Amino acid sequence: MRGRGRFGPLAIAAALAVAPVGCAAPGGELTHPASATAVPRPGCGVEPVVLRARFETGFPLAAALTEEFTRQHPNVTWDVREEQYAVLTRNAPRLLADNPPDLVRLPQVSDLAGDGLLRDLDGYAASFGWDDWPAAQLRPMRVGPGGRPRGVGPLYAMGFSTSVTGVFYNKDLAARIGLREPATLAEFDDALARAKDAGITPLAGFNSGATAGLVFPLQSLMAAYGSPSAIDDWTFQQPGATIDTATNAEAVRHLQRWLRAGYFDADLNATDYARMVDRFTSGRALFMLDGDWESAALDRRMPGRVGFFLMPPVRAGEPRAAMSGPPTFGIPAGAAHADCAAFFLDWAVTDRVARETTVRVAGSLPLGPVDAPLPAVEPGSVTAATLAAASRVVADGTGMDFMANATGAVLAESWTPRLQELAEGGSGPEELLRGVQADYADQIGR
Amino acid sequence: MSRLVGWLFTLPALVVYAVFVLRPLASTVQYSLYRWDGVGPSTWVGWDNYRAVLTDPDLHGTLGHALVLVLFFTGVPVPLGLLAAAVVRRARASRPVRAVLLLPQATPLVAAGFAWSLLLSSTGAVNRLLAAVGLGGVTRAWLGDSTTALAAVGVIGAWVLLGLCTTVLLSGVDRIDPALYEAARLDGAGPWREFRAVTLPGVRRQVGVCVAVTAVAALASFDIVYVTTQGGPARATSVPGLEVFQLAFAQREVGLASALAVVLVVLVLAVITPVLRWAR
Repeated sequence: MRGRGRFGPLAIAAALAVAPVGCAAPGGELTHPASATAVPRPGCGVEPVVLRARFETGFPLAAALTEEFTRQHPNVTWDVREEQYAVLTRNAPRLLADNPPDLVRLPQVSDLAGDGLLRDLDGYAASFGWDDWPAAQLRPMRVGPGGRPRGVGPLYAMGFSTSVTGVFYNKDLAARIGLREPATLAEFDDALARAKDAGITPLAGFNSGATAGLVFPLQSLMAAYGSPSAIDDWTFQQPGATIDTATNAEAVRHLQRWLRAGYFDADLNATDYARMVDRFTSGRALFMLDGDWESAALDRRMPGRVGFFLMPPVRAGEPRAAMSGPPTFGIPAGAAHADCAAFFLDWAVTDRVARETTVRVAGSLPLGPVDAPLPAVEPGSVTAATLAAASRVVADGTGMDFMANATGAVLAESWTPRLQELAEGGSGPEELLRGVQADYADQIGR
Repeated sequence: MSRLVGWLFTLPALVVYAVFVLRPLASTVQYSLYRWDGVGPSTWVGWDNYRAVLTDPDLHGTLGHALVLVLFFTGVPVPLGLLAAAVVRRARASRPVRAVLLLPQATPLVAAGFAWSLLLSSTGAVNRLLAAVGLGGVTRAWLGDSTTALAAVGVIGAWVLLGLCTTVLLSGVDRIDPALYEAARLDGAGPWREFRAVTLPGVRRQVGVCVAVTAVAALASFDIVYVTTQGGPARATSVPGLEVFQLAFAQREVGLASALAVVLVVLVLAVITPVLRWAR
């Protein structure tokens, strides 16, 4: 009796707990929506429509475009919720499965497309003529069957603009060392050395927490030594692609030389992105490897005092590569107003005012056909420099996706700890690349 | 009949406990036996996830870091809290002292983590102080160096938990019959003797509570690490709580995350049970 008295309540509570769980395996069945065929004249109609959207906090372009869209199409109003990018990324699968809005800012879309949570946009691409644009612009948003490889297959996302990465420099500090924009990597190295000798921190960098910023300079160096398309093959999970190559090892060694020469501040592993930008804008470093998403802000904070060039090649005259993945937006498979959302995405890159808005607010090159009008910008501004650089990368076809996007985990779980070790002088180039390749193989094999 | 009435009274609490504690726990155990991305279909993998937790150095390494944090989170604030309680008890105007000692506990962990990461940065107050006393050679970004980051996180945790321990132990000291102290003094006991013979046995239960709470805080730590280092640099501060979060939400490895969570629960129970038994 006593035993029953003691364990009775627990047993009942346990039974209550387990009963609803049952023995069914977790998760649902995959639904694969049939591949879209051309949608005849998708639009928003004339009836009132409320488009539900989830955007990223601190990315004012999306909000600015929605306002302009409503001005031009008053029957469409917006229910926008903004969230931190990391929060959006973490909740994306559940959001798309349980409560799909009409338009969502998304991280790389392989897994979501593989899970059947996103709408195949090929039908819209055919109707709107997106297929006629330079193929490289939309390549990162194409996803093969089951989520891999990327870069081929149906289109699962769209963007407003293409970003470009390269080297920003402080014109005041540049004048102190007599900097001319370098034509080769060797000339860039020389500029770094002269800055160091002049007592200026050559490179502002960040490498703390779960996001190793060294992945930016490293990928730029890899593309200079090798080819951007080889890096894309790896990022897009093409069968047989490897990061562990001789040219990539050369790039890691180059980065290691920069680290050993003290070109970054000593507390690189304790510096986050915001602090890096702060150091650059407060004139405490000559160069910063970053993307054109900072252009508009740099023009505001340091008007006329910032320059930009693409990472120089190893040999003079070779084309210059850059990371240029567009911030991506997807339409959930369960979206209520998919046609209207797609119409908005097309409008955002073809309407004259929308394109001007993209340049003014984000400082980046709008996606779209090659002959689309390029909005005017202030000459001498860094926005003008990054726009010219972005156009050049599109024309040369030397854009590549961020290799941190290769898998959902490869940045936080592999590049970050290994590049932090490299910054501390711990691991060697071959060891680093072998390790990342092993982690990558493990992650895509799961 | 009276038994039945008793059951009826406990029923609401039991239902809440079952739905919000036991059911999620059971679900976690169930998920840990599958490979699942949180949305799509799942695959039964048996003990594979547990094998991964115990063999993957990145995963069991996090358990080692958690045990190191116990040394800081428990080993520092409990003895210091005891000392503070013993001293404050003898002090005349103890109220302001109590308030100051409680302050770390009243500070939100996120704010504390942020403030400490400024103090410990390369140009922060800690390094400036060291440089001022001629120890410029040891200055560094304490949270950005893989040899010191875990200890730096431990110091932050110890500071935060010192307030809790002091408060709990002071409440224990206050309940000790003053006659015992008087008797000790009449018997000629000094402060040390008094502490060992009267205070320490008197607050045994509170010490048990402090050890249990701080050890759980160390083993299941998440917020301090998330705010200050996010597990870096080079995994030096990765802890199970953070890893469970990363696995489940960034890598979408819900099965593996659940297995690590279950191992963490077992580890916490293994550490806490003997402590609570001792304090009973």
